[in-house]
Amino acid sequence: MYVAVKGGERAIEAAHGWLAEERRGDPAVAELSVAQIRTQLTLAVNRVMAEGSLYDPDLAALAIKQARGDLIEAIFLIRAYRTTLPRFGASVPVDTGAMRCDRRISATFKDVPGGQVLGPTFDYTHRLLDFKLAAEGEVPVAARAPLCPADTPHVTGFLGREGLIQGEAASAATPPDLTREPMELPANRALRLQALTRGDEGFLLGLAYSTQRGYARNHAFVGELRIGAVAVEMEVPELGFAIEIGEITLTECETVNQFTGSKAEPPQFTRGYGLVFGQTERKAIAMALVDRALRWKELGEEDQGAPAQDEEFVLMHADNIQATGFLEHIKLPHYVDFQSELELVRKLRREAGAGREAAE
Amino acid sequence: MNDRSERQHWMGVLARTSSHDLDRLWRTAGIAAEYRHLRPPEVGSVMVRGRTGASGAAFNLGEMTVTRCTLRLADGTVGHGYVQGRGKAHAEQAALVDALMQGPKAALMRARILSPLAEAEAARRHARAAKAAATKVDFFTMVRGED
Repeated sequence: MYVAVKGGERAIEAAHGWLAEERRGDPAVAELSVAQIRTQLTLAVNRVMAEGSLYDPDLAALAIKQARGDLIEAIFLIRAYRTTLPRFGASVPVDTGAMRCDRRISATFKDVPGGQVLGPTFDYTHRLLDFKLAAEGEVPVAARAPLCPADTPHVTGFLGREGLIQGEAASAATPPDLTREPMELPANRALRLQALTRGDEGFLLGLAYSTQRGYARNHAFVGELRIGAVAVEMEVPELGFAIEIGEITLTECETVNQFTGSKAEPPQFTRGYGLVFGQTERKAIAMALVDRALRWKELGEEDQGAPAQDEEFVLMHADNIQATGFLEHIKLPHYVDFQSELELVRKLRREAGAGREAAE
Repeated sequence: MNDRSERQHWMGVLARTSSHDLDRLWRTAGIAAEYRHLRPPEVGSVMVRGRTGASGAAFNLGEMTVTRCTLRLADGTVGHGYVQGRGKAHAEQAALVDALMQGPKAALMRARILSPLAEAEAARRHARAAKAAATKVDFFTMVRGED
């Protein structure tokens, strides 16, 4: 138990003053601007938006600066800010089929309509440190090519036309929202996806990797991975129709998984789904793998007792703000608690000592 | 385009533009309008939804910041602004343009503000699409060793 203590105000004030000085670093080095973080550390900004569960690149960049680059601390700042905002409503579900893709690849079909578009990727780089970046460099210019106007339909749509992949059940139900009501288990898929998309990237990566290594293996192929801009529309009551209120970048991953069929379903492929704010490819793939592993019950698969199949284990431990809050609170003063533990151990030792004496 | 889809179009352009671009065009347009707030600019959030497997049931993806404003011109026309981000001036200017687009100044607003914004957006999108097109993979069929 944590017991409030008084005192230490002067020390706390001095600690925060020093924190501010350390944050600024060497005054001989130019100060980092929020705009620099937003435009040059974009993938850190994207992670903070995804796990902070608030799409606002300026705020995420500010949080990264304030947190001295500690992304979980930055996510904490964003989550805290988010609670102060009045909510105007919910959007119409975004249409990722109409995404303006920066990147769109399929590991299952070579000649996919719309083509394989690599986008600004780390793939195929040699992972050698580039010392040119440490010097003041020129501004690089990306190549451009004429546009060939073509739609980029979802790859799983082609399998769906032949009935080779399980369809997604439509529903008009209002999805549950874990930011409004405490998470209740068992969770439906909508609630699981909300928890996963804001979950910790490292935790989901580890779980997804465990499924690949054999803990609830489900043979995932990346049917499609796409990154790009989608419009966000909302019904506005005072207008009586939907309008676009903005445009956001999303990463979407659809996996195609083996499924041998069950009593109710013929043999067909099934899918795992990942959808995450920003360019967040590793997270989206991990989300899709974990989503698929958690679907074992509805697909009538065997419970292998694997961590990634355990809904309670996955959903209750994926949130890094809940986790870090509970983990880090143990460093705060627990003097009274510990005092009673100390008394108890002393008492037990006295009793044990008396018992030994009596036995001798 | 009917009245509604036309209004949806301009409200979308105003929502997606940067507050900086809108402000610059508004200042150079030299249009004065009297108005009063029905709802002063207010920063809030909208819960963005996705669909399971891109086509199934809706789920909550996360929120985005949105600023809104409603105002009434002296002639009674009401304008609404719903814009991405936390720009109070942005939402107010969007509401003002929305109101003026419903009246006699529509052609002027279109020429000086909406068309330049839409063109700039189209150019940005085109540039991005051209860079994506340059990274499109061309496959060559390889002759395999076995017959």
